[in-house]
Amino acid sequence: MSATTISGKALVPARPERSAGVWTTAGRRLWRDRVGMVSLGIVLAFVLLIIASAVGLVAKNWQKEIAVPDAPPTFVGARAEQSGAAAIVSLVPKDAKPVDLSDIDPLAPKYKEWNERAAKIEVAEPPRAATLLFGADRLGRDVLAKAVKGAEISIFVGLFAAVVATLIGTVLGALAGYVGGKLGDFLEWVYNVFTSIPDILLIFAFAAVLGRGILTVVMILGLAGWTGMYRQVRAEYIKHRTREYVRAAEAIGVTHVQRMFVHILPNVSHVILVRMSLLVVGFIKAEVILSFLGLGVPVDQVSWGTMLSEAQAELVLGHWWQLAAATLLMALFVTAFSLFTDALRDALDPKLR
Amino acid sequence: MAAYILRRLWQMIPTLAGVILLVFFLFKYFGGDPAEILGGLLATPDQIQAIRTELGLNDPWYVQLGIFVKSIFSFKWGNSWATSEAVSHIFATRLPATLTVMIPILLLDVVLGVVAAMAVAYVRGSLTDRTIMVVTTVMLSISFLVYVIVGQWLFGFYLGWFPVQGWSDSVLTNLSTYAVLPVMLAVFVSLAPQTRLYRSFFLDELGQDYVRTARAKGVSENKVLFKHVLRNALIPVLTNVSVQLPGIFVGSFLLETFFSIPGLGREVLLAVNRSDYPVIQAVTVYLAALTMVINLLADIMYRAVDPRVVLK
Repeated sequence: MSATTISGKALVPARPERSAGVWTTAGRRLWRDRVGMVSLGIVLAFVLLIIASAVGLVAKNWQKEIAVPDAPPTFVGARAEQSGAAAIVSLVPKDAKPVDLSDIDPLAPKYKEWNERAAKIEVAEPPRAATLLFGADRLGRDVLAKAVKGAEISIFVGLFAAVVATLIGTVLGALAGYVGGKLGDFLEWVYNVFTSIPDILLIFAFAAVLGRGILTVVMILGLAGWTGMYRQVRAEYIKHRTREYVRAAEAIGVTHVQRMFVHILPNVSHVILVRMSLLVVGFIKAEVILSFLGLGVPVDQVSWGTMLSEAQAELVLGHWWQLAAATLLMALFVTAFSLFTDALRDALDPKLR
Repeated sequence: MAAYILRRLWQMIPTLAGVILLVFFLFKYFGGDPAEILGGLLATPDQIQAIRTELGLNDPWYVQLGIFVKSIFSFKWGNSWATSEAVSHIFATRLPATLTVMIPILLLDVVLGVVAAMAVAYVRGSLTDRTIMVVTTVMLSISFLVYVIVGQWLFGFYLGWFPVQGWSDSVLTNLSTYAVLPVMLAVFVSLAPQTRLYRSFFLDELGQDYVRTARAKGVSENKVLFKHVLRNALIPVLTNVSVQLPGIFVGSFLLETFFSIPGLGREVLLAVNRSDYPVIQAVTVYLAALTMVINLLADIMYRAVDPRVVLK
């Protein structure tokens, strides 16, 4: 079968003035879009950052307690000594001796033994910085390292959930649009069922049965978010199914699966790509909220959502840096990614404007 | 009209059946064993077995599905596993609090969104317009969480204008004291995307031929905007509202969590954390049914707004 295709191609003489393909022209349009290129640069910088953090080049020791609890950022300056503790101490006269309770204290004979035993245990108190570049959290962990590690988890979840949703939506959408008939009706029914349940309840229902964990979050978001992709891919397939190039492929005996995924798919891939990048932004936001509610990443991991949930209590004490770090990184990435998506859509589908 | 409504109701049956099947099999095959959740950590195998018999878990799946369907249509879900409160009682007592917060949010959202969008569409292409679009893009990229955390801290804690959280039994007190800050924050956050969306609806209409005709025959700009454009742009606005409408029943679970509002959203979230399956299942099935009914009502409303729409 494929032999026919190859020999069929060989009959046509190679034309030198081949017009540029859809991807080349889109690339050129994107290159001219200044906002798009700047945002692409920021997105790529983030990608490099999370790769570096994933292989352990940066933010490897984010769990180490390297500063005093809630150490402020360097540009704010170290905090003055706690005045509260000093006030309590000053209530006691300086020359007062502790009252001797050893006659009535039943544990008194054991104190010496315990002190000896305690002395045998080596306690290493690592040096703790009074300030850090962007402050420290409640446990004295570097906020900047946490934010980078959080970016890794949040963006990873967003990207992979989008891949999962895209796979489900594309395969089902292609089947429904290309095959149609009974199968199409069945898939439409599944689509109706999924869209009739409000998104957030669908996510909660999946979260209730699937439990916690990073991969679980990816699955939950992917399973709950494929419907938009399905709808669009299905519409595209219905449109392309009867186009001449598909009929021509049919005439030379290309199989259904090949027509669906080798012939039509590249022609609708730009739609899928744009829709997928919209999903990434949505899923990153959703992951942050799920992690905040305790339904997302486990406690031994960090994401922008868990940072924000810690920040809620810290803000009352005036420790704003964790909130600021997570918010700034997230806003920067999401803005850049959204602008890039807009530019991508304009470049790939100039008719849409 | 009656035939249309009947047909739409008829079409809901397979979808609702699908929702029931989805929820049933999701919890049956992927959820934990209900008997172990109910029995707790100290349950003996005998006790687990007793619970299994009581819940009918030893019956074949179609018998269990039958029980499930029966409980949906008789509205008897039994009790919550965590608190033994009747599920119907949970619905009845939590929904008013959710609606107290969500209805003002929805109303303010639509009214302010339409007004802001008209204003922005009126100055389209100008520097003000572009500045607003850039600001809304940046505002959209910040998580809703951040607005709520900072807003609660600023207005509730730092400035002390509103109570940080709380709820009372009187609807009036709730509306005037406790609901103000959550409503304000939610409207503030959703105003940006809402304005963007509605602006595009208005711009679509402003480009139409009838607008040019109206201007050509000397109709004042205000009349064009308020009479001709507004009425036509309200159709997509209505669609958008009907999409959001089912959401007001779950409420913003985030707002309810932050401000300790005893609403349905917070209850569902608690149920997820406690593996309280009856509550989650009931909320999911009923809200799906409600969503379908609201979609139908929205379609009927199109007809009221725009006589050109033909329902078929």
